Amino acid sequence: MPRRFDVHLHGWLLLLPALAFLALFTHYPAIATLIESFYSTPRGARPSRFVGLDNYQALLEDPVFWQSLSNNLIFALGTIPLSIALAIVMAIWVNDRLAGRAWLRTAFFTPTVLPMIAVANIWLFFFTPQYGLLEQFSHLFGFASQNWLGSPETALFCVIVVAVWKEAGFFMIFYLAALQQIPPSLAEAAALEGASRWTYLRRIVLPLMMPTTLFVLINAIINSFRLVDHIIVMTRGGPDNATSLLLFYIYEVGFKFWDTSYAAALTMMLLLLLALMAMAQYVFLERRVHYQ
Amino acid sequence: MMNRLLKSATAAAAGALLSTALALPATAQNVEVSFFYPVAVGGPITKIIDQYAADFQKENPTIKVTPIYAGTYQETIVKALTAHKSGTPPVISVLLSTDMFSLIDEDAIIPIDTFIKTDADKKWLGSFFPAFMKNSQTGGKTWGVPFQRSTVVLYWNKEAFKEAGLDPNKAPANWNELIEFGKKLTKRDASGNVTQWGVQVPSSGFPYWLFQTFTTQNGVEIMNQAGDTTYYDKPEVVQALQYWVDLSAKHKVMAPGVIEWGTTPKDFFEKKAAMIYTTTGNLTNIKNNAKFDFGVAMLPQGKKRGSPTGGGNFYVFKKSTPEQQAAAVKFIQWITSPERAAQWGIDTGYVAVRADAWETPAMKKYVEGFPAAAVARDQLQYSVAELSTHENQRVTKALNDGLQAALTGAKTPEQAMKDSQAEAARILRPYKK
Amino acid sequence: MNAAERPHPFEPRGFARVVDTVAAWTLAILWALPLLYAVWTAFHPSEYSARFELLAPLTLENFAKAWEAAPFARYFLNTVMLVTLILICQFVLCTLAAYAFARYRFWGSEIAFFLVLLQLMVMPEILIVENYRTMSVLGILDSIPSIALPYVASAFGIFLLRQTFKTVPRELDDAARVEGASALQVLMKVYVPLAKPIYLAYGLVSVSFHWNNFLWPLVVTNSVSARPLTVGLQVFSSTDQGIDWSIITAATLMTSAPLLLAFLLFQRQFVQSFMRAGIR
Repeated sequence: MPRRFDVHLHGWLLLLPALAFLALFTHYPAIATLIESFYSTPRGARPSRFVGLDNYQALLEDPVFWQSLSNNLIFALGTIPLSIALAIVMAIWVNDRLAGRAWLRTAFFTPTVLPMIAVANIWLFFFTPQYGLLEQFSHLFGFASQNWLGSPETALFCVIVVAVWKEAGFFMIFYLAALQQIPPSLAEAAALEGASRWTYLRRIVLPLMMPTTLFVLINAIINSFRLVDHIIVMTRGGPDNATSLLLFYIYEVGFKFWDTSYAAALTMMLLLLLALMAMAQYVFLERRVHYQ
Repeated sequence: MMNRLLKSATAAAAGALLSTALALPATAQNVEVSFFYPVAVGGPITKIIDQYAADFQKENPTIKVTPIYAGTYQETIVKALTAHKSGTPPVISVLLSTDMFSLIDEDAIIPIDTFIKTDADKKWLGSFFPAFMKNSQTGGKTWGVPFQRSTVVLYWNKEAFKEAGLDPNKAPANWNELIEFGKKLTKRDASGNVTQWGVQVPSSGFPYWLFQTFTTQNGVEIMNQAGDTTYYDKPEVVQALQYWVDLSAKHKVMAPGVIEWGTTPKDFFEKKAAMIYTTTGNLTNIKNNAKFDFGVAMLPQGKKRGSPTGGGNFYVFKKSTPEQQAAAVKFIQWITSPERAAQWGIDTGYVAVRADAWETPAMKKYVEGFPAAAVARDQLQYSVAELSTHENQRVTKALNDGLQAALTGAKTPEQAMKDSQAEAARILRPYKK
Repeated sequence: MNAAERPHPFEPRGFARVVDTVAAWTLAILWALPLLYAVWTAFHPSEYSARFELLAPLTLENFAKAWEAAPFARYFLNTVMLVTLILICQFVLCTLAAYAFARYRFWGSEIAFFLVLLQLMVMPEILIVENYRTMSVLGILDSIPSIALPYVASAFGIFLLRQTFKTVPRELDDAARVEGASALQVLMKVYVPLAKPIYLAYGLVSVSFHWNNFLWPLVVTNSVSARPLTVGLQVFSSTDQGIDWSIITAATLMTSAPLLLAFLLFQRQFVQSFMRAGIR
């Protein structure tokens, strides 16, 4: 039977449609971006020409790039641990069948189904000075007025809050699924040994949820570099680039300044960053997950 | 081959006809003029434009104007430029007056002067407010025709003025009065929190536009007409910024930090700001939503009065046929006639773009019933061009970043403007001749 | 479900339970605030968008105004077409590819799998500039397919379905083949039915993601005929005249209503699909 060859052929044939699209919209553009980043942007009569590392040179000297990079790292460090921790707490609460758990679950999850672009406008109201919701609350307690989105010290923090709000409920669902798959016998055994609730959570639940955490972590990292919808609505990167994230800056350079070559160089930086993240994950986390 | 011959023959014939085309429309064959028009939302404006297109065709049966609603200004220019690069751009489009240099750099448009043949044409081109032409001309040529234009004015809450013991019918006339009135209008509660600010000049998104009010009033321009040089670090510019920063930092009559443009009208309705700077385009909005008596005034003067203009111009695209272009200019002349310019202003709240439009019976009647509408016109004689250069978005961002840095206290005005100027100069270097 | 009804030894009891409940509810209310605010503001006249008085008059006018102000009917249609197109393509492409990875040992399958997984990190959003150029070359800028194409081959979907297909017992596969079924028939008759909950879970994630997706559609569309709801909503709320929260919240509720309702109706299935999907 010429079975062997058939297997290879069938395998590739099945894969072909998906791979073709991936090649066209992921692999090719990634390579094209790299090539493009070595050329200048064509303008009217001036055609594109090879400029070597000029775009990267410009990038190193561009304070907005460095600020977007550091903003993005702060944004990632702010959103990832916070949203994961909240997601775990939410999942435990919902799993513990507290009064009205269906309502709790719904409340935690709704941000996921609301479009960011719409809720960003609502958050804009919450952060508005003087009569915004946050101010109405803080006035009750006698705090001074704050221009939350208008001050560089607080604007990035506000943007982080919105992202955490948006993401935690989505991650909760995964943890909830994980929690419900932990065999009850484990808890009973631990109870028999006189473990406290905290010990049980720390020693049994968290380690068992490690694969979920890895999955959620990957998602959270990706989102921290992908989520810019609320920036476009709430701050447009301001004040003075205090909330400019990398992808937002790429969007601005690519589609407002029409400097596609420079945008390509910026994109390469973002790709490099993601590659580093992927490697770090592989080195640190993959190992731990297997050991557990 | 035959085809191409035929085409060039037609083109030649059309070229010959061009000069007479305006006079003899009946001899020309049917021409279609595609017209990109930026409107973000549906509603009345699209209906008005559709009506204009239909009316024009009724008077000129051989010309068909097809309006295409292309979204916001930003989306419209993207669409128009993409179409220009890949083949079929519109024949005409309304785009921001500040897009002029970008359009020239992309070699997308042709000067309007090309079509100015007769004395009547010359008279038409000369009829627009000079303030609006400043953003439409460079290098001795006219590239855009003013259509929907706006400017910055001051709105004030008359009730708040009364409560503060000020004459409710008198807006601050100069910079000192703005601070003085502002101090009286700024109200604090027992714990020192401000419940009402005296004045609010928004600074999110496009602070440069509002900043130009102060620079102009301080007697300085921030760029040249060639669009290749900016003057962000001139002492008068720094002074103007110092004044803006001091409104909150020193005089405490304006909220600190960057103030959101989008919430400014709402802040006014909520009585959180007694005086606001915003566009004339907000006139209808404020008229409908303010629950108190309000006034509209020219901006307070510094060394002199002043404000930048804003809004959109007509541009004619290069890649269309001469017949189309001639027909397009005819349509532009038609739609900017005094009567229509007046009606357009009344219907939309934009500033009617030529002086004689304000002399039409319809406009006179409108102003009589709503004198606030004329404030923008009266201010036009002091108005300057909105910031517009080559690489416009970038050069503008350089200024915006500096302004926000100064307003949030991250940099001194002097340092901020020095940095902005250095950045703008770097971007503009390739455009210097 | 029986096991779950048994009291769990580590569920908080007594005072601890009260504390937990109060904390959970506080967080839940915080989480629901934007939606509650949207409901409040959308049903009240705009004077009350920043003032919360119990007796404020109710109105539906904001909805009428929002509906009038922008072609939301068209945007709805666009979004529905978009998510449907994406979902169908994703199901087909990911099923085929996942089947190949799960049950075929073919030359280069490891490299191919790596190439697929790359997309988990290199999401289409990051390549907007280059993908925009591709769409322009293909001549399909400003169309619904141009929004959909970069997403139709989804690494996440392929990975998820591959994991699921791997759990299908080989014997079922072999039995079907002995009866003379072709590879595709086996896939359709054996694997796909067994993976139904995964399709549901993945479908829900995909629909809610693309219903709410914004940046890429913002970049590639510029006319009413292609614009999805999110972009329409942004264009509609970012006018020079400033923000009118009453109308924006009305529009927000209108545009997310279908998804919210679907979630409320399906939330049990949704969570259970995830559990069965083995995404842990």
